[in-house]
Amino acid sequence: MGEQAMNLPPARVVGTRPVSASAGSPRGPRRGRFAIAAETALEWVIRLCGISAIVFVFGIFFFVLREGVGFLFGGLNLVQFFFSTEWYPTSVSNVRYGALALIAGTFSVTGLAMLIAVPFGLGAAVFVSEFCNQRVRETLKVVIELLAAIPSVVWGFIGISVLNPLIQEVFHVPVGLNVLNGALLLALMSVPIMVSIGEDALKAVPDSFREASLAMGATRWQTVHRVLLPAAKNGLLAAVLLGVGRAVGETMAVLMATGHAVNIPKSPFDPVRTLTATIAAELGEASVGSPHYQVLFVIGILLFTITFAVNLIADMIVKGTRKR
Amino acid sequence: MLRTSPTSFRIRRALTQGLAFGALAVLCVGLGSGCKKKSEPAPEGASSGAAETAKKQSIQNIGSDTMVNLAQAWAEEYAKVEPHLSIEVSGGGSGVGIAALINKTADIANSSRKMEPEEIEKAKAATGQPPTEFIVGFDGLAVYVHKSNPLESISMEELAEIYREGGKLGKWSEVGVKSIPGAKSDDIIRVSRQNNSGSYQYFRETVVGKKNDFKSGSLDMNGSKDVVEQVAKTPGAIGYSGLGYATPEVKILKVSKKKGEPGVLPSIPTVHDKTYPISRPLFMYTPGTPTPAVKRYLDWAMSDAGQKIVEHTGYVPLPK
Repeated sequence: MGEQAMNLPPARVVGTRPVSASAGSPRGPRRGRFAIAAETALEWVIRLCGISAIVFVFGIFFFVLREGVGFLFGGLNLVQFFFSTEWYPTSVSNVRYGALALIAGTFSVTGLAMLIAVPFGLGAAVFVSEFCNQRVRETLKVVIELLAAIPSVVWGFIGISVLNPLIQEVFHVPVGLNVLNGALLLALMSVPIMVSIGEDALKAVPDSFREASLAMGATRWQTVHRVLLPAAKNGLLAAVLLGVGRAVGETMAVLMATGHAVNIPKSPFDPVRTLTATIAAELGEASVGSPHYQVLFVIGILLFTITFAVNLIADMIVKGTRKR
Repeated sequence: MLRTSPTSFRIRRALTQGLAFGALAVLCVGLGSGCKKKSEPAPEGASSGAAETAKKQSIQNIGSDTMVNLAQAWAEEYAKVEPHLSIEVSGGGSGVGIAALINKTADIANSSRKMEPEEIEKAKAATGQPPTEFIVGFDGLAVYVHKSNPLESISMEELAEIYREGGKLGKWSEVGVKSIPGAKSDDIIRVSRQNNSGSYQYFRETVVGKKNDFKSGSLDMNGSKDVVEQVAKTPGAIGYSGLGYATPEVKILKVSKKKGEPGVLPSIPTVHDKTYPISRPLFMYTPGTPTPAVKRYLDWAMSDAGQKIVEHTGYVPLPK
C-alpha cells in the first residue's frame, strides 16, 4: 500500500499526455514550441540527475578499487590481513597489517548495537503503526526523524562527555570509551531508519488481515504477533538490515566513542577500534601511494563489500515483498 | 496525507548520500589538480614588492598538531605587525605538513620531527631546491596521569616497559602505586596517539625504542588535547602529550633517565639543558629559500616578541 505512492509519479502523467495528444490533433499544438522544448530539456536534466547517482557510485567504486587493488593482489599478505591482530602500519622494524582486531571491532560494536536497536526499533515501529492514535503518531514520527538528523559528530561528543563517565560509574569499569559506548550511540542512530522502514512494512499489510483477525476474536497483541509480524516479516528484516548497514558504515561517532584501541574485545567494556575509524584516523597522514595508504583502501574495499552485500540483501528482500 | 511518507525518508537518505559522494568526487578532483593553483601566489609576491602591500597576501602554514596552538597564536599576533599578510594555519600532523610542502600547497610546514632524508629528496624533486629548516622552539613531551594518582616520578625504562610491545609492566602495583582513588582496576590504561602522529613517532623513538613497537590495545587518541582530556576522565590512565596541553585535571610526572635517579619535571630550563629526557625541537620548513614575506614572518617568530608567545602557549622558547 505504501509502495503505491511511489509507483505513481503524477507529474509525468500530466506532463507528457497533453503533448503527445496535441501533436497529432488537427487544431495544431496547444502549447508553444518553446514550452515543448523546455519540457524536453527539463526531462533530460532530470534524467541526467538520475543517472548521475549511478555514475557517482561507480566512480567511487572505481576510485577505491584503483587505489587498493594493486596492493590487494600484490604485496598484501591476505592471511595476515584477515587472521592477525597485529596492526603496525608505521612500524620502523616490522610492518604488519593484521586487520582481525579491526574487523572484530566493527562487528562487535555493530552486533551489540543491533541487540539494543532491533527490539527498540521494531517495537517503536509496531507502536507507531498499530497502537497509537493519529496525534501521538505525528509527534513521534517528527521526534524520530529529528533523532536521524543529529550529526554523528554530536553523537560522538555525547559519547565522550556523557556516556564515558556514566559507563565508568554504573558498571565500575576502568575505561568508559568502549564497545558498549559505541553500540549505544549506533543503536540510537539506526533506530530511526528501522522505525521508518519497519512502519512502512507494517502499513503495507492490507487492513483486511487486521479486520479478519479481530473478527475472529484475537486481541490487538495477538493480531500483531500472529498476523502482522509474519505478514510483514520481509519488510521488517529489510529494516533491520538497513540499520546494520548504517551501523557498519558509521565513522565519526565510533571514532570518538569506542576508545580507538586495537584489541579483540572480551567483554562489552573493552575499548576497540573499527575499520571505519582506522581509515579516518590514519588516511590523513599516510603518504599517497605508500603501502600504508593502499592498505587503508583495501579496508575501504572490505567495508564497501560488507555494506554493499547488506544493502543488496535488504533490497532483494524488499523486492520479494513487493512482487507478492 | 499528512504523515511524511517513508519513501520521502528514503529519498532524503539517498540525497544526503549523493551529496556526500559529490563532495568526495570534488575532493578527489581537488586533490589531483587544485594543488597547482595554490603555489602561484608565493612567487608572485616574491617578485613584485610593490604589489605586495596593495594586495592581501596569504601564507599557508600547515602541519604538526603539537604546534597548531603555537602557530595560531603567532598568526594572530603577527596580523598586528603586518595586517595585509594573512597567515592561514591548519593542523593535521607533521606528516600532513610535510606532504603539503612536497605537493607545493604549503608555504611553511610545521613539523615536530626532523624531515626524513627521503622526504627531503621528494621535496627537492618537487621544488628544485632542498627545503630550509628553522628551529622555532622546543617542546617537552610530558607524561600525564590522573590528578588523583599518587605516583610522582617514573623512569624511562618503566615507561618503555609500559608502552613497548611485549613490555612487562601492565599493573599500577608493579610501579609501586598501591591504589588510585576512583580507579576501577589495577590495570594501567595506556593512552597513546594514532600511529602516524609526530608525538607517537617521537615517543617511540625516545621512549619505546626506535626498533620497537607499541603494545596494542592502547587508546589511540586523535589529538594532543584528546590525550590529556582522556587521562583526566580516567583515573587509571597514563598518557603522553605536549607540555602545553596540561590542565589542572591531570598531573605531570617527573621523568628520570634511569630507575633510582631523581626524576626531572619538564620545564624551560630542564628542556634547554637536556636534563628532561623527552624533549624535542619544533621545526618549520619552507620549500627552498623562503620568500621575503615568509622570511620576515619566521624572523619575527624567532625574535623576542615571537618567543614570548612560545612561552605563553606552554612550549619552551629558544635559549637566549
